[in-house]
Amino acid sequence: MPVIAKDKPASKPKIRKESVSMPKQKPEVRKHNFNEVALGYTEDQAVSEAERCLQCPKPQCVSGCPVEIEIPAFIKLIKEHKFDEAIIEVKKKNSLPAICGRVCPQEEQCQKQCVMGKAGEPVSVGRLERFVADYEMKKGVKTPPKQESTGKKVAVIGAGPAGLTVAAELVKLGDEVVIFEALHKPGGVLVYGIPEFRLPKKIVAAEADYVKKLGVSIKTNSLIGRLFTIPEFLENRFDAVFVGTGAGLPQFLRLPGENLGGIYSANEFLIRVNLMKSYAFPEYDTPIRIGKKVAVIGAGNVAMDSARSALRLGAEEVYIVYRRSRAEMPARAEEIENAEEEGIIFKLLTNPTRFYGDEKGWVQQMECIKMQLGEPDASGRRRPVPIEGSEFLMDMDTVIIAVGRTPNPIIQRTTEGLETTKWGTIVADDETGKTSLEGVYAGGDIVTGEATVISAMGAGKRAARAIHEYLMNKK
Amino acid sequence: MYKIVTKRELAPKIKLFEVHAPDIAAKARPGQFIILVAGETGERVPLTIAYYDAGKGTVSFVFNEVGKTTKQLGCFNEGDNISNIAGPLGVPSEIKKFGRVLCVGGGVMTAPLYLQVKALREAGNEITTVIGARIEDLLIFEQEMKDASDEFYVVTDDGSKGFKGLDFLKELIKAKKFQRVIVMGPVITMKTVSEITKPFNIPTIVTLTPIMVDGMGMCGVCRVTVSGETKFACIDGPEFDGHQVDFEELVKRQRMFLPEERLSSMLWEKLGGACHSKR
Repeated sequence: MPVIAKDKPASKPKIRKESVSMPKQKPEVRKHNFNEVALGYTEDQAVSEAERCLQCPKPQCVSGCPVEIEIPAFIKLIKEHKFDEAIIEVKKKNSLPAICGRVCPQEEQCQKQCVMGKAGEPVSVGRLERFVADYEMKKGVKTPPKQESTGKKVAVIGAGPAGLTVAAELVKLGDEVVIFEALHKPGGVLVYGIPEFRLPKKIVAAEADYVKKLGVSIKTNSLIGRLFTIPEFLENRFDAVFVGTGAGLPQFLRLPGENLGGIYSANEFLIRVNLMKSYAFPEYDTPIRIGKKVAVIGAGNVAMDSARSALRLGAEEVYIVYRRSRAEMPARAEEIENAEEEGIIFKLLTNPTRFYGDEKGWVQQMECIKMQLGEPDASGRRRPVPIEGSEFLMDMDTVIIAVGRTPNPIIQRTTEGLETTKWGTIVADDETGKTSLEGVYAGGDIVTGEATVISAMGAGKRAARAIHEYLMNKK
Repeated sequence: MYKIVTKRELAPKIKLFEVHAPDIAAKARPGQFIILVAGETGERVPLTIAYYDAGKGTVSFVFNEVGKTTKQLGCFNEGDNISNIAGPLGVPSEIKKFGRVLCVGGGVMTAPLYLQVKALREAGNEITTVIGARIEDLLIFEQEMKDASDEFYVVTDDGSKGFKGLDFLKELIKAKKFQRVIVMGPVITMKTVSEITKPFNIPTIVTLTPIMVDGMGMCGVCRVTVSGETKFACIDGPEFDGHQVDFEELVKRQRMFLPEERLSSMLWEKLGGACHSKR
């Protein structure tokens, strides 16, 4: 049982069981725009939510946080209206709080551990983190003074969540860091994958900018493996390398008709919409074509993002087509709820089997088969089994395939001696990120396969510690 | 930022840019491409590398002003900067001694073919080059190719110069017994040449230029069917065995966004895009 801190005045009114709800754009409004859905707490709302924190002396929430933020400490500062100090507390452990406050699955992490959740709703740690990060951003972000240089140089490959984190941590320890990013903007999945309405790109740009202000140099347009290689880096330019290249290779279904026009990988669809801003075509040059009826195959967060983006681009009917049942959907509950509120139609226990196109090669119909759940498979979820003879056709003029992404392969193809798994991920120690090559570390989706932003950041943080230690002991 | 150090008009609407990009220049190899973004609202455009000079630190590419971005690029001048260029991308060409090699280039792809012709000749191959264009005025790299090849032919669609069409290749192939054929040009050229060489069983390498977005293996819009399998032109190619490529699917996929491309191009011209905003 939690022990309530003694300094809590006994006269305080009873603590509310429910958390302060997040102000949101109304579904009927938001489904027509790309503006952020969740509007963020006001100062009063933040303080009111912070007051719900019991300040447990042995806080469980911290152990649920992959980057170990001192959660009760920063919440206490919010309660005391010390917002400037609260953000300093958060940033001791997390250099990307405005991002994490928005996209971390807190219900699976810090908030899952919160004792308030046992009898009511847990404290909304994520919303509070977002609040202080946004508060600081509005006022202008302060940069901590630069550390004295250790003279050691680290190359970080990929400016996604893992790369930005490892870079920020290392530069805070005095190491010199250069991030090499293949795309023309930093952020990785935060810019190309997660839609504007969940994570505004100006937030990503601001947090990447903060990492730069810490002293990290970010070189865009640099596809490592082609422009430079890891052996070249280690030979003469850097003392260590961190690989955070992510899982960006789209998986397809390998079904007949899959190369018809109008069938996008979720990655293509989201890269066009998010990174290239094709929702603003023709103001922005990259086009996107969306039909009246859209099927998104898959039920993870990427599928929800795709479906909700399709709706905002003007689709009339958007389906989530998933071969298992509702209980097995891998997306965050909050995202499923948002999608439902906006009118996304869930076609469960249904699996596509082939696609038919018109004479111009554009998709017209999708053949599906009905499924039922059988025995549990290796993942522990009940295996979907096709019901023989249950094939049926659905008219579709756009299909988005969101059945997962595999690791980007270029580093593995161009780095001799780097041990990989049969899934194409890089073999790295979970605690340190150490790979089979000396001085080469890896973390995030490139090691784990597709996972979350925060787990990649956690890996980056752990790798930074190990890399710094390696650098200090070297020679 | 990547500064344009040389701008040359090679033919009406066909331009060559030489840009300062020392890291790319040091790494580029024949057969690779770059992706450029012309400005903040720009799209990512893949262009095959036509020339590189590690000493000068420059990379050159040639483009035809057909769409909005290429028209906009055409308005850039020497000294102007292109905001983003990524490269070198794609798997480099296989350059070694094959024996007698036939190189066929069409349209703007004649420029990157020149790079291959030179590299292959340096590797000890005997080179027969054929370059083509719709009409005589659109031929590019004619003198350079002539100088770099052992044997040289010109074709035009209308017969205004050299042979009319590619039919003469059959006779040439019978006579010369090539060990390898390289084709870079419009899909129809690559398809036609591949069909001609297939009965002779001569390995025929084509460079595919499907639509790309990231160009780094992430979006899959450049997927092509080769030997019945889906490949990504950006990271598995851009060169493939011409006898195994599903060209019909490629043509359809290249035309997927034609209406949007036309709209974009029209708006650019209507809204005073004729280099007004750039000057």
